[in-house]
Amino acid sequence: MGVLPEQIELLLDAALVAELTVVDPSGRLVTHPLIPLYDGELVYLTSSVLFSRKLEHIKANPKVSLSLTDPEAIKVERFHRATIQGDATVDDSDLHAGWERVLPLWRKKEPVIDAFLGKRVALPLFFERAVIELRPRRAFLWEDGRTDRAPQVFELAEAVR
Amino acid sequence: MKPTTELLESLGERFAHAVVVFSDDEGYPLSVATDFRADAARGVVALRAVGGDEIQPPLGEQVNVVFSHIRPQPGIGYDERRYVSLWGTLERRDGELELTPDREQHWDEEEVPFFEYSERQVPQALRYYEQVSAETGREVRPKLSRGWLFLRATRLPFLSATFVPVLLGIAIAAYVNGFNWWLALLTLVGGAVIHLGINVFNDVFDTRSGADQANVNPTQFSGGSRVILYGLLSMRAMTLLAVACYAIGIGIGIFLAAYRGWDLLWLGVAGALIGIFYTAPPLKLVHRGLGEIAVAVGFGPIMALGAYYVQAQEYALEPLLASIPVAILIALILYVNEVPDRPSDAASGKRTLPVRFSRETVIRGYEGAVVLTFALIAVFALSGLIVRPALIALLAAPLALPVVRALRDSYDQPYALMPAMGKNIQLHLVTGLLLIVGYVIAIVADAALDDPPVFLS
Repeated sequence: MGVLPEQIELLLDAALVAELTVVDPSGRLVTHPLIPLYDGELVYLTSSVLFSRKLEHIKANPKVSLSLTDPEAIKVERFHRATIQGDATVDDSDLHAGWERVLPLWRKKEPVIDAFLGKRVALPLFFERAVIELRPRRAFLWEDGRTDRAPQVFELAEAVR
Repeated sequence: MKPTTELLESLGERFAHAVVVFSDDEGYPLSVATDFRADAARGVVALRAVGGDEIQPPLGEQVNVVFSHIRPQPGIGYDERRYVSLWGTLERRDGELELTPDREQHWDEEEVPFFEYSERQVPQALRYYEQVSAETGREVRPKLSRGWLFLRATRLPFLSATFVPVLLGIAIAAYVNGFNWWLALLTLVGGAVIHLGINVFNDVFDTRSGADQANVNPTQFSGGSRVILYGLLSMRAMTLLAVACYAIGIGIGIFLAAYRGWDLLWLGVAGALIGIFYTAPPLKLVHRGLGEIAVAVGFGPIMALGAYYVQAQEYALEPLLASIPVAILIALILYVNEVPDRPSDAASGKRTLPVRFSRETVIRGYEGAVVLTFALIAVFALSGLIVRPALIALLAAPLALPVVRALRDSYDQPYALMPAMGKNIQLHLVTGLLLIVGYVIAIVADAALDDPPVFLS
């Protein structure tokens, strides 16, 4: 049992894509589709240096949200929708190999990653990656994906401290 | 950029839902999915209202509305990746939320392939390295393991272009005059390091001229190694690597010339100069539309005749003739690989043949050159100018068919052309190897039979 409600954990464990929203220096919200990984405490997302503007934005403003909305990319027995708000940090201390610490989580969800990794020489900059660590603060759950209804709201800030 | 009518019109077909993103009272982004329909004529997107008082998107303020689609392909990855991000203000209208977007950003891999999309982001990656370096107070650069880096920087797999003519020259000499294994090995090593030096120099000069930077459609066969561009190796390191390769190659060449005959030197000097001035100023042969001829001469007659001379200590007509089909096919590798590079080559002043000629002329040129290659093999072999078993090389001709098909179908699609580029390299390799096999058959027949029949000699 992790820090998030079980229904959201099931979504996170299955999701091949989630939408990460960051705040740019002008206050504009910018959303990026990314694969989310979860270890029961933090949500991890990795970003290639090629698409590193979001990393700059997170360093300047750690407030982010992650939404799980697409039934095509989240194959679960009972589909719900969820949004997780939280504070993110960027680990770019070793862009070449540091991100490989989340590889076991990634491999579990997307085994084909090993085949892509084998072609690292063909896409060297794509595999230079930072890890975004999202500490959940609040979560919203829309059962059965019904966003026309009010969501369940989970305050998590205390739980994760 | 303001969203176009076409973009808004396409939303309904391409996406199943929208995600509205806005800031909550504490400054955190908050996202909620909803149904939508675009009214392109009015330039708005209607969004079904969402439930719950605390997650109501603000009216009259900037929000982000995102449309995202991906199709998971189990065991393979994904396809149909696309997203559209709109920014604008919301109003309430007839019980719905209505977005009037004033800005958009989008990507669809069917319009811009992922490799090109990534390539266009390289400057951002380099900027990020600069920032991380400034933050940490130490230089941070992208990395590759030494083995992979050497392979990538030198474009090692392209050595088949050297092995084929050198082995052909050695095989002809072995048939005519005999064979010295260590001289053969030294010739192969010398030719290979010169070739690697040429590849590395090519990258140095293409980066200096801006040709590699202008190319956002590199493939595994074209667009250079990009190790300088990606920050994997410095310009200085690549220059030193090229000089080191050339120094070793020239050293081997001088030794072989001293040991087997100084007539070899002129051939070596010609090969080395062609290699350097392929991209280097002042000649910049490839910029003048002479790249294909330079490559044909360097990786055809010069390599084959040189290898023959080292073994036989004389020049002869047979290796020269046998090398011509190989020379044409190596030039065709360059020729086809230049097709996707046309825009960047033109922008950097490289007037290659595909830059100069129309699509139809380029394709007809390829077809004609392939026909000429195999016609020459047939004529030379049937007339006894090269050994008759070399006719076996005609078996490779069908490999050209998928290349022609791909040129006709995918001329303007760099990534769709990639398999054809690979097939075109196979055409050179297989034809060359079969020519060598032809000579091996003749050598074996000569050794085994007192009076070999005409078709085996």
